[in-house]
Amino acid sequence: MNDTLLKTIFGRLTLESLPLHEPIVVATFAMVAIGGLGLVAALTYFKVWGYLWNEWFTSVDHKKIGIMYMILAIVMLLRGFSDAIMMRAQQAMAFNGSEGYLTAHHYDQVFTAHGVIMIFFVAMPMVTGLMNYVVPLQIGARDVSFPFLNNFSFWMTTAGAVIVMMSLFIGEFARTGWLAMPPLSGLAYSPDVGVDYYIWALQIAGIGTLLSGVNLVATIVKMRAPGMTMMKMPIFTWTSLCTNILIVAAFPVLTAVLAMLSLDRYIGTAFFTNDSGGNPMMYVNLIWIWGHPEVYILVLPAFGIFSEVTSTFSGKRLFGYSSMVYATLVITILAYLVWLHHFFTMGSGASVNSFFGITTMIISIPTGAKIFNWLFTMYKGRIRFELPMMWTIAFMVTFTIGGMTGVLLAVPPADFVLHNSLFLVAHFHNVIIGGTLFGMFAGINYWFPKAFGFKLDKKWGTVSFWCWVVGFYFAFMPLYVLGLMGVTRRMRYFDDPNLQIWFVIAAFGAALIAAGIGAFLLQIFVSIRNREALADHSGDPWNGRTLEWATSSPPPEYNFAFTPIVHDLDAWYDMKDRKHERPVTGFKSIHMPSGTGTGVVLAGLSVAFGFAMIWYIWWLAGLALAGIFATTIFHTFNYKRDFHIPVEDVIASEDARTRQLATQGA
Amino acid sequence: MSAIPMKDGLNETEKVSFYDIEEHEHPDGASTMLGFWMYLMSDCLIFAVLFAAYAVLGNSYAGGPSPKEIFELPLVAVNTAMLLFSSITYGFAMLSMEEGRQRVMQMWLVFTGLFGLAFLSIEMYEFANLIHEGAGPTRSAFLSSFFTLVGTHGLHVTMGLIWLVTLMVQVQKHGLIAANKRRLMCLSMFWHFLDVIWIGVFTFVYLMGTLR
Amino acid sequence: MSDPQAPANNPHADHDHDNGAAHGTRGSYLKGFFLSVILTAIPFWAVMTGAFKDPSTAALVVMVFAVAQIVVHMIYFLHMSGKSEGGWTMMALIFTIILVVITLSGSIWVMYHMNTNMMPMQAAADM
Repeated sequence: MNDTLLKTIFGRLTLESLPLHEPIVVATFAMVAIGGLGLVAALTYFKVWGYLWNEWFTSVDHKKIGIMYMILAIVMLLRGFSDAIMMRAQQAMAFNGSEGYLTAHHYDQVFTAHGVIMIFFVAMPMVTGLMNYVVPLQIGARDVSFPFLNNFSFWMTTAGAVIVMMSLFIGEFARTGWLAMPPLSGLAYSPDVGVDYYIWALQIAGIGTLLSGVNLVATIVKMRAPGMTMMKMPIFTWTSLCTNILIVAAFPVLTAVLAMLSLDRYIGTAFFTNDSGGNPMMYVNLIWIWGHPEVYILVLPAFGIFSEVTSTFSGKRLFGYSSMVYATLVITILAYLVWLHHFFTMGSGASVNSFFGITTMIISIPTGAKIFNWLFTMYKGRIRFELPMMWTIAFMVTFTIGGMTGVLLAVPPADFVLHNSLFLVAHFHNVIIGGTLFGMFAGINYWFPKAFGFKLDKKWGTVSFWCWVVGFYFAFMPLYVLGLMGVTRRMRYFDDPNLQIWFVIAAFGAALIAAGIGAFLLQIFVSIRNREALADHSGDPWNGRTLEWATSSPPPEYNFAFTPIVHDLDAWYDMKDRKHERPVTGFKSIHMPSGTGTGVVLAGLSVAFGFAMIWYIWWLAGLALAGIFATTIFHTFNYKRDFHIPVEDVIASEDARTRQLATQGA
Repeated sequence: MSAIPMKDGLNETEKVSFYDIEEHEHPDGASTMLGFWMYLMSDCLIFAVLFAAYAVLGNSYAGGPSPKEIFELPLVAVNTAMLLFSSITYGFAMLSMEEGRQRVMQMWLVFTGLFGLAFLSIEMYEFANLIHEGAGPTRSAFLSSFFTLVGTHGLHVTMGLIWLVTLMVQVQKHGLIAANKRRLMCLSMFWHFLDVIWIGVFTFVYLMGTLR
Repeated sequence: MSDPQAPANNPHADHDHDNGAAHGTRGSYLKGFFLSVILTAIPFWAVMTGAFKDPSTAALVVMVFAVAQIVVHMIYFLHMSGKSEGGWTMMALIFTIILVVITLSGSIWVMYHMNTNMMPMQAAADM
């Protein structure tokens, strides 16, 4: 009796679900709990809750949402990297009879969580955050097309991250690898909550990702400043457009596949099961139809950043702008024609494998064209070795190596030898770290002064740069070697003691990367402390070329008092070149969207819903779902979603800007 | 919009305007229709995946019933008619909206909702029958993919109905203001889009399934 | 909510008409409706009466009618044209159709090959 009652209330959640027997988890929990309580106490003590709620959490300002995305990404980077260094340590020690310190049960969760977190909750929010911040400024807009949706998208992404973090302390995470392939992820082989955590975290975050994709495409299509034709769009805006088109077109596939997997798990359908006619290979097929475009979702914005940075710091117009645009478009289309190269070995046969091998190799052509464009942009340029440019050069070298190993893997016979080996692991880290992550660091160093009004400290930035780059080579070159020797991925123990030295080198590399992350955090801390010395009052610290540099740093809430008119590809450079005059009178009140807490509420209810579904707490799931519907409908009854910034406020902030520019000694 | 002076053909002395001084306020919701269309396109891809699953798994009967044995085409034909009727009544509602005849529009929307409800009832009747006969979604991969594809469409129609009722209340409350018109146009696209998906469903699942 | 009419008071709210999709007329809706009725009735009739002896011919005919009806819906109900939203809706539609075709035909092709290559047991069982 009592037992049924407990089951009704708590579903399958019991005291045993708390991993009290895992000392590592308990210690982590203690640290997080103490840290969290300390943070809450500090926020309460300094009375900043109201400020955070009003100015940040409920804000629909694309700039603030962009910054919140970045903070989410950096916090999750720490979590994802902890998983990485745990794996490196385990593999470096588990030799010669030592079992290492992680059980198989734990190790499998660690590598799954690492992949999921790094892709969905580090790379994605970082990319989305930068696009959110920069794109409206680059196209001379005051906000995105759907400001409320933007806030909602961010909180849904955060809700997904919260669910992943919960799995650390309540129950466990999936032990299936980052794509949760059935039949392993089916109920028969993964009866516990791990895969359910995976499913609901991704589904909830996926809604946010999809909606922010729709939002940014609409923004770029509809809200460009007058005169900015498609072929006068900054290249980062172009790559953002293609990225968001890929998001809109790829994420529904993930949603549908995960929905089918959850139906298999929850009501016992037979999509991907071994019996009743199901076909697990269909899951592999479908998830890679999402998975390959996802790779380009991550890397295209980085390409855009490198283009902006190369052009700015070489003091030259980007070489081959239109070829860059067409290369991006070709990559966007081809991204949908290569998915099978992720499972050549599943046995589709020669004709299918050849087709997908060839399409994969073709992708390297537009990508190669981009590399040459960057090189030609630098050629005879007056290159300034600031941090963004350093990251860009490191990218060009590193990414080329990763691209070449990629073409190697695109050859089906070679893939039969190398698949599922550490060579593959080295390859995709080579392109994701060397491409996306280096790109994000370039972007952060490039646009930080725009967002906060002061540059990032160069000394600590340089330390971080070298630790990251050298650390990357130490961490992943040994994996190429091991992969060629036939060492497979996702193993926590190896018998052959000769392999140990390579894993020790890799672990050393990971330690260097840890130092790189530490130096990065220190860089931010030091920069905030020295913000007076590092301040930039011009709004254009790098002698930039695109419109985001035309406004003050940080930009006012409305971005531009007067919408700029674009005449040239490098609009801001053109304005400087032809001695534009910034209007100092005639300001008007500005129409802006107003903030709302609905996004936070909906995301909170989604966490409750996801948690309830994971633990089979049906009453809570029903309640949360009803709450989601009620909140959504209630929100649609609010028609008053905008306000006007009074003209006095506009005049005040524009006058301040005028004085600031005057003291600059223009 | 003020005219934009072009760069070409200007000599240095001529003044080029770099700021839109006489800017007008942009109308609210200028991006809404395009944004919603893009959402529909992404929804279309969800259906594409479900169709693909049905295409691949649709002949894995696992010893269970085949489409020929369980599909009742007359019922499907009636259902198709319901959805088609609801499409035309929604179309008439939109015409009344443009003419500003709120009451007539509301009447057409009621008809649309009733046809939608009829569609859902017939579908639930069909599902209940199948499950009762032991041909539920867990019986075979074919039935899993069938129920999921058709059920997802049904779920969309349900959402459409909830939205429809909400909008009718909002129109009653605030009249045919611009925001409400925009919402009605979005729902119009959603509703007709579901009809397009249904064409795929009855052709690909029911008719071609029966032919197999 | 002090002033729910606010969006309508916007002097430019009437511009919405230019931005939105094209509108239909009573005649165009009815035309679309009757075309749809015909394009639905014929395939149902063909399958229910077994008018075609060869099932693959029937399948082909049914598919052609479906495509025709989808086009009818797109034109008369969804008011698709190359001009709405500066051609962007049409572009999005074409892109989506390409992806739908890739997803469907690709999955069928890939899975068919996998089934034939990797599941000899099934082939034996079917005999």
